[in-house]
Amino acid sequence: MTATTATTTTQVFRVHIKATPERIWEAITTPEWTARYGYRGPAEYDLKPGGTFRTMANEGMKAFGAPDVVVEGEVLEVDPPRRLVQTWRLLFDARQAAEPLTRVTWEIEPMSAEVARLTVTHELDNAPVHLSLITGETLEGGGGWPYILSDLKSLLETGTALMSEP
Amino acid sequence: MTEDDDLVFKALADPTRRHLLDRLLHRDGATLTELESELTMTRFGVMKHLRVLEDAGLVVTRRSGREKLHFLNPVPIRLIHDRWIDKYTERQVSALADLKAELENPS
Repeated sequence: MTATTATTTTQVFRVHIKATPERIWEAITTPEWTARYGYRGPAEYDLKPGGTFRTMANEGMKAFGAPDVVVEGEVLEVDPPRRLVQTWRLLFDARQAAEPLTRVTWEIEPMSAEVARLTVTHELDNAPVHLSLITGETLEGGGGWPYILSDLKSLLETGTALMSEP
Repeated sequence: MTEDDDLVFKALADPTRRHLLDRLLHRDGATLTELESELTMTRFGVMKHLRVLEDAGLVVTRRSGREKLHFLNPVPIRLIHDRWIDKYTERQVSALADLKAELENPS
């Protein structure tokens, strides 16, 4: 038997999107947009330091027994449309909810008049369940950040997400 | 096929660079010195390979104090996957992948 050891890990995900930083910011922070790509839960942000963040379950998630709030956290830093720092914890099941809050930093940098670069840095301390889900390594996680960012790029560039909308 | 895809395929078409990605997948956020110590290659050689991976977007670097840390970015591979494997074929492909895994790892 091995002792439980503390683990700190940082994961970085980056995508270039043909869109202005303002559009990308809106797509990240408003429920109308987050309901259209990735896992499609409407996200509610109180965009000020100390403000509440939560992603609500959509109908599909509820049908699978998800709680009303599926991701929770707190806004730490806000600098629209360039930088958003927040805590982040999944609540789909008890194993996720029992892990400590993780930390997500969103950075949006304009690369040209047409293209911006979105970088998501996810810091996870002692959160192995979260880690396996967000990297897209496990099938039950459904693709993690690579899937979310690919879908966001598709939606902003083509007007449609990768999967047809319910 | 876009220019970005060309860079990804070119970057992946080399065993040393795939080894570097595997290393970062296993333990992310490595310094050049750490990566160099695990390869029988000059520092300059490792830097050259990392540069190709960075240009393809497969490696992202961050500064942490005086150190430059290298992180694996899986998103470009996902973009290629999403473009060529549509949602119908994916199910068949994953069934085949499952079968392969099962046949290769009888337990």
